[in-house]
Amino acid sequence: MANTAPALKKTFLAGLWDENPVLRLLLGMCPTLAVTAAVKPALTMGLSVIFVLTCSNIVVSLMRHLLKPHLRILMFTLTIATFVTIADLFLKAFQPEMSDQLGPYIPLIIVNCIIICRAEACASKNGLVVSIVDALGMGLGFTLTLCVLAGVRELLATGKVFEIPVLWDGFLPWAAMGMPVGAFITLGLLLAGVNAIAQKEN
Amino acid sequence: MDLLQDLLLAFLGIVIVNNLVLTKFLGICPYLGVSGRIDMAFGMGCAVTFVVTLAGTLTWLIDHLLLMPYGLEVMRYVCFILVIAGAVQLVEMYVRKFFPALYESFGIFLPLITTNCAILGLCLFINLWEIDNLLEAVVLSVGAGIGFTLAICIMAGIRENLELADVPGPLRGAPITLITAGLLTLAFMGFAGMI
Repeated sequence: MANTAPALKKTFLAGLWDENPVLRLLLGMCPTLAVTAAVKPALTMGLSVIFVLTCSNIVVSLMRHLLKPHLRILMFTLTIATFVTIADLFLKAFQPEMSDQLGPYIPLIIVNCIIICRAEACASKNGLVVSIVDALGMGLGFTLTLCVLAGVRELLATGKVFEIPVLWDGFLPWAAMGMPVGAFITLGLLLAGVNAIAQKEN
Repeated sequence: MDLLQDLLLAFLGIVIVNNLVLTKFLGICPYLGVSGRIDMAFGMGCAVTFVVTLAGTLTWLIDHLLLMPYGLEVMRYVCFILVIAGAVQLVEMYVRKFFPALYESFGIFLPLITTNCAILGLCLFINLWEIDNLLEAVVLSVGAGIGFTLAICIMAGIRENLELADVPGPLRGAPITLITAGLLTLAFMGFAGMI
């Protein structure tokens, strides 16, 4: 990959649609399902992942020439664990309610396959600029997917979006959408929709 | 007898009521990825059960004997992931040396257990629920493994039959698997509040 502007733009946009981590590559499914009961936690999760992904891509890209093949996964994991600890402590200090609500899912970013996948597939082979752009594209793709999913679920489960009521007064909330069932079925239908669009594109 | 009863309740709780896969969304990647055939699903379940037992026990010991007395809680996540990676490596070496046939059949899935979030998730939940009893931590770890095996085997059984069904084009593959998982979760919701 070259450092020219069109190539960088292509790398960035790939994360949003063509290689969207959740919808196309099916990576990072656990947080996708777990934190999307409402938009606010989903957005927090997405921003934390963007932070960790960008930082770990920067570090991995800088040390890519020093990596030994058999130790690289361990080095990736340790780098990621360090940045996740930073993100977790930051949330605990400035957003304690959100930190309580997300619970163990913030530390679980360590084993989020998106981040290891980008470290392995992009940052360990490319320079600093490409790695950063790739991390931002992928992170944004992940965040947007999470927000769409959370938006649908929050709307149907409570009649609100981002805690602002949008549906009419007599709306009967679909309690199941806020539960695990809603997460699996909404994501399944979303994936089916994306597949249908992709088939039409080809 | 009280202790035995508590342990039994904790075990049933983590296997059925708080099943990590179906209610906490942990270990979804192998749950969707390896559940194509029932024998592979069972093998994966056994490997995960073994690693999670080892990791859950070891992280509890490290947390209570090393990190808490010296105020090193900041290092918790780094330590946990190191213990898990080490445990998986150990299991891999042991199985390769003493059960080469089993090692062949596991293939790539053995090292992939490191990034199975069910394992790190359980270690974090043991920490979050403030389990201060080693025996209970061990029982929870074994139960989590068995719960994972149960969920992935049920899923594999359904998917083997699903192959014969006529699924609409865009729903083939991952979408129908997710919807099946949703219906399975609905069934398991019946156990909620039992304990």
